[in-house]
Amino acid sequence: MTRKRRRLYIVGGFMLIFATAAALVLMAFEENIVFFYSPTELARKMEQQPIPPDRRLRIGGLVEEGSVSRDKDGITILFRVTDTVEVVPVRFRGLLPDLFREGQGIVAEGSMAMDGSFVATEVLAKHDETYMPKEVADALKEAGQWQGDHE
Amino acid sequence: MIAELGHYALVLALSVALVQATVPLYGAWRGMAGWVGLARPAAIVQCLLVMIAFGALTYAYVTSDFSVLNVASNSHSAKPMLYKISGVWGNHEGSLLLWLLILVLFGGAVALFGGNLPAPFRARVLAVQAMIAVGFTSFVLFTSNPFVRLLPAPMDGRGLNPLLQDPGLAFHPPFLYLGYVGFSMAFSFAVAALIEGRVDAAWARWVRPWTLAAWCFLTMGIGLGSWWAYYELGWGGWWFWDPVENASFMPWLAGTALLHSAIVVEKRDSLKNWTVLLAILTFSLSLLGTFLVRSGVLTSVHAFATDPARGVFILAFLIAVIAGSLTLYAIRAPAMKGGGLFAPVSREGGLVLNNLLLSTACATVLLGTLYPLFLDAVTGEKITVGPPFFNMTFGPLMVPVFLAMAVGPMLPWKRGDLLGAVQRLKFAVSAAVIGVLITLVLAYDGPWLAIPGIGLGVWMIAASLEEGAYRLRLFRAPIGESLRRLGRSTRSAWGTTFAHAGAGMVIIGIVASSAWQVEKLQVMHPGESQAVGPYQFKFEGAVPLDGPNYAAVRGTFRVSRDGREVAVMQPESRSYQNPPMETTEAAIRTGWGGDLYAVVGDPTGDGAWSTRFYNKPMIHWIWIGSLMMVLGGLISLTDRRFRVGAPARPGGAARAAGAAASMAGK
Repeated sequence: MTRKRRRLYIVGGFMLIFATAAALVLMAFEENIVFFYSPTELARKMEQQPIPPDRRLRIGGLVEEGSVSRDKDGITILFRVTDTVEVVPVRFRGLLPDLFREGQGIVAEGSMAMDGSFVATEVLAKHDETYMPKEVADALKEAGQWQGDHE
Repeated sequence: MIAELGHYALVLALSVALVQATVPLYGAWRGMAGWVGLARPAAIVQCLLVMIAFGALTYAYVTSDFSVLNVASNSHSAKPMLYKISGVWGNHEGSLLLWLLILVLFGGAVALFGGNLPAPFRARVLAVQAMIAVGFTSFVLFTSNPFVRLLPAPMDGRGLNPLLQDPGLAFHPPFLYLGYVGFSMAFSFAVAALIEGRVDAAWARWVRPWTLAAWCFLTMGIGLGSWWAYYELGWGGWWFWDPVENASFMPWLAGTALLHSAIVVEKRDSLKNWTVLLAILTFSLSLLGTFLVRSGVLTSVHAFATDPARGVFILAFLIAVIAGSLTLYAIRAPAMKGGGLFAPVSREGGLVLNNLLLSTACATVLLGTLYPLFLDAVTGEKITVGPPFFNMTFGPLMVPVFLAMAVGPMLPWKRGDLLGAVQRLKFAVSAAVIGVLITLVLAYDGPWLAIPGIGLGVWMIAASLEEGAYRLRLFRAPIGESLRRLGRSTRSAWGTTFAHAGAGMVIIGIVASSAWQVEKLQVMHPGESQAVGPYQFKFEGAVPLDGPNYAAVRGTFRVSRDGREVAVMQPESRSYQNPPMETTEAAIRTGWGGDLYAVVGDPTGDGAWSTRFYNKPMIHWIWIGSLMMVLGGLISLTDRRFRVGAPARPGGAARAAGAAASMAGK
């Protein structure tokens, strides 16, 4: 085994592993990237072309005041997310995060149902009372409704 | 007064670091013993000064001195003492001071215990270490000063985020930082070696204990963090592939690769260039992690503040460190010739494979972590790269690592026999097969991927044990000889056995808990029962109660199995006043088979409560396995050849002499 030969093996092994990794990454990117939309962007997208129910996405905005209620089964929670321009009805079966309340910024991950509502599998409301998820803050700015002071 | 003293000590520490970063380096270059000798006392003085600064801040916290802005914003007089102390690093400024403290402690340790290092080399290591300290001390002083006064002082503080008021999290940052910053030693040794133009077995023997110690701390820190997420966040998850988690996981992956490649440098004088590069990359990833978490580009519980000046400073520092060290590497590395040759199937070959796979896996994590940031910056499009991405890329890349991990230690150096090694692991092979069969019987309806997953874990544990037994000639020689071998065998080999078996346990824990978890979510009235797998959860009701600095609702569940009561679980839902915030305290009952997990949610009106239960089989193996890995690292660390005074450069060896000659010539 010469030095050159060994280098060849190592480089060959590396290329093989690297190619596998690249293939895996490309495949995973194809299927597993989750886009974030504000209610306004979502409405625009749905107008162009409805998002299929198997496509995961994230939406974010403020929980509309007075919109939170429980479904008949007692465990499904219904609420509306707004960026003050458009509104998305959301259904979520689960325990709400500790900081979920009306008027609070949240991010929800899930998919679109056929009736145009959003079925969330995860709701994130993070960390403290002044905190606003970055995507939500940006979405509100976009809608021209931002008066926050945490720039 | 005390706070000003701390501030002043920090300013002095910066000036000492500036001297330490330059004078010994020049002295080592010019061969001036006095200048070289400055490194040691400077490192110790710097260490003492930062200790004074850190002590001053701790004092302000312990005495609840709210005239210090940092204390007023992050502490509260009603907090238990443990969290007053952990509050010191539970915020941006304080956590950076902790980072700095650990950095100079490592520097001080080299100064005190590095007596066996040649003086010029030690001076260079300490100078590089001081350069990092200059960067971080100025960062603390100029953008994140924890000693700023607040006048007039408020009556009370704003309090610490209740999520952080937890024993697991009180110790999570120090361990994590000991790991992150510990890799700075590997970095400093690597840069010093590049300056000297010499990397040899003795170098690897100096670097390895520091890397190993850092690795143990980081493993511990990550383990504690995931355990905290598991029981405190109330989602039942323990790892979310969150960018902040990835920030600590990437240095861990690179550090694990570094640990293994350093063995090849030490034993076979090969893979030198790669090991030096890996040392640089590992610490760069630690810095990148600090940047991601501290700059506010990520929004998470860890990003305490968003201040663009801080982000720009760390980014500039990051670029300076990475660009500087890689430039030096590009200039110096080609001159370092690799040593011993080896066949692809050999111990070295196995370690090379480990390195290739670990670093590629690390690269995919890096890509998944940075790509959303990159896309947001370039196109403004917001995406998330979630767990499915990492499971699909990272997972498959780790499978060959785990397969090979068991065989590697059975292969001899230079040239091995793969078939022979596997044949010697016949016990492990049969154990894995039996494991798969038992899993098939118990879980005949899948999920299918979990079954080979369990087999893989069993294979790793059994092969580690068998390799240990092989080393002792257990069952093949009289017991006396096995005991004699136990007495003589090297500790680092036992470290390998423990750490590899621990990794196997982690795999089994991950696979079993994610494949066969049962989750139940429902509304319950008091008196109602819910079946969760083989268990019955009976809801006894929920009552309000008062804690030291919070109010809570506590639910009571009686859990029975086959009619026999096995546990009473009392999860809480707490509301803290300072700052106002609600947290979920899950009740967890750990048994031999795994964890039961209960959460009480919101009242739904009519006297009922929403509740959530999990049965998570074997999840505790994840943390037991992590502890085993740490234990393996610690055992390895006690190996004789790492002890103070043991490693000496082979002065008579031709290679070292040649290197010394080439050094003298420049």
